[in-house]
Amino acid sequence: MPFPTDYKYTKEHEWIKADGGSAMVGITSHAQESLGDIVFVDLPKPGAEITSGKTFGSVESVKAVSDLYAPVSGTVTEVNGELATAPEKINQDAHSAWMIKITIKDPAQLDSLLSAADYEKFVAEEGGH
Amino acid sequence: MPAVEATTPAIRKTALHPVHRQMGAKMVEFNGWEMPVEYPSAGGIMAEHKAVRTGVGIFDVSHMGDIRLAGPQALAAVQHISMNDASRLAIGQAQYSALLYPEGTFVDDVVVHRLGEEEYLLVINAGTREKDFNWVRDHTRQFNCKVENLSDDFTQIAIQGPKAANLLQKLTDADLSAVKFYWVTRGTVCGLKNTLIARTGYTGEDGFEIYIPSDEPTSARVWNQILEAGKEFGVVPCGLGARNTLRLEARLPLYGHEISDTINVWEAGLDRFCKMEKADFIGRASLEKAKADGTKRALVGLEMLDRGIARDGYKVLDLTGREIGYVTSGSPAPFLKKNIALAYVPSAFVPLGTELKVEIRGQGVKAQVVPTPFYRKPKTT
Repeated sequence: MPFPTDYKYTKEHEWIKADGGSAMVGITSHAQESLGDIVFVDLPKPGAEITSGKTFGSVESVKAVSDLYAPVSGTVTEVNGELATAPEKINQDAHSAWMIKITIKDPAQLDSLLSAADYEKFVAEEGGH
Repeated sequence: MPAVEATTPAIRKTALHPVHRQMGAKMVEFNGWEMPVEYPSAGGIMAEHKAVRTGVGIFDVSHMGDIRLAGPQALAAVQHISMNDASRLAIGQAQYSALLYPEGTFVDDVVVHRLGEEEYLLVINAGTREKDFNWVRDHTRQFNCKVENLSDDFTQIAIQGPKAANLLQKLTDADLSAVKFYWVTRGTVCGLKNTLIARTGYTGEDGFEIYIPSDEPTSARVWNQILEAGKEFGVVPCGLGARNTLRLEARLPLYGHEISDTINVWEAGLDRFCKMEKADFIGRASLEKAKADGTKRALVGLEMLDRGIARDGYKVLDLTGREIGYVTSGSPAPFLKKNIALAYVPSAFVPLGTELKVEIRGQGVKAQVVPTPFYRKPKTT
């Protein structure tokens, strides 16, 4: 499963692509695969504060509801409105279907996240349980 | 976690478990059984659901249980423990019914099949197998009839959808066109003589359920033969995920959700399957009293008006935000492309068009009472 190497990852299966002080956040292809058909995304509004490790929204498949966890703290600057009407974009290409754009509060928080290689290893181990 | 392992029963698997694994099914635990929830290779829940509405899908439902009652007083025994009128059944006919507690609440819902002059087969839910069997055995002791638990004897495969008859007819010598909905027949299926074929299901579509020997090689062979024969009809294997969304669209109750040991027949809206005019049966007296007292809550269908998906257990609120009831089953409806739910609400909120709210993550989201079933299969000529 190819995870982009310029992204960072959480153990809750979010990805973050940072570019200077701002970043895009979404869920991984592994996450969408285990969720199945995604039918609903609940996201914060621009201006909302998100906190590292805390939920900032949820994503729902036919069967289940999953919380979304903020990889880092920051302020939401933009929400991907397309996902409200076409949540299946996440199933189709999870790594380009960003959910929110944020300004990062403390870039040092990025260092504690998983690299693509670490995340891939984590997923493999988790699946082996 | 404390050491509870010793008392936790081992998770059970059907004879088709290796086949599901091999097909890459996503497995989940359901009522103590490890069952396929969806087959990503078949396209997942949405695709499976649509296949059953427009073509054909097959389900492993071997986790369902089976109780056979046979003997001179088999009918009297069935009449005593179930709410529908089994005396109306011709040989080869089946009916939806339920086993009730003396309180008029549910032990389980069942399909009663009359297989012979003095022979009945009760098909029961997976999660209530032992409870049901014990209940039936303990409450039929006064009758001259043998009660057997055949639950582990069968692999049960459901073939469901408008193309189900076309598919199954390729594999059997039984004339399926002569079998009406909720009737059973016997015939050779995939070389297996005298196989029980019931025109029943849990999807709101036409379909069949076949009962074959539960050994792994036979089960796998028949499952694969059905998939092979169904290719021309676009058959897909379906998991419990699609089974749930299909039954919800059709408003078919699920034990532990719409019906349970705290919900009575009137509340569940299953009046037409409860025959008060037949001779006494367990639960009847309480139901009579409940009817006289008037039903205070009822099961209604909801459609979400604002964005949001109601889920099992969510609170139902009136428009002022006061809690009035709860959701028993809620989901996006893949075929209807709406977010629907079944919920218990007080009688004042039952009329069609009533607006109320479902609490979703702390927010009241608007919904409306709508007619059920949400989906009704098109009439065939």
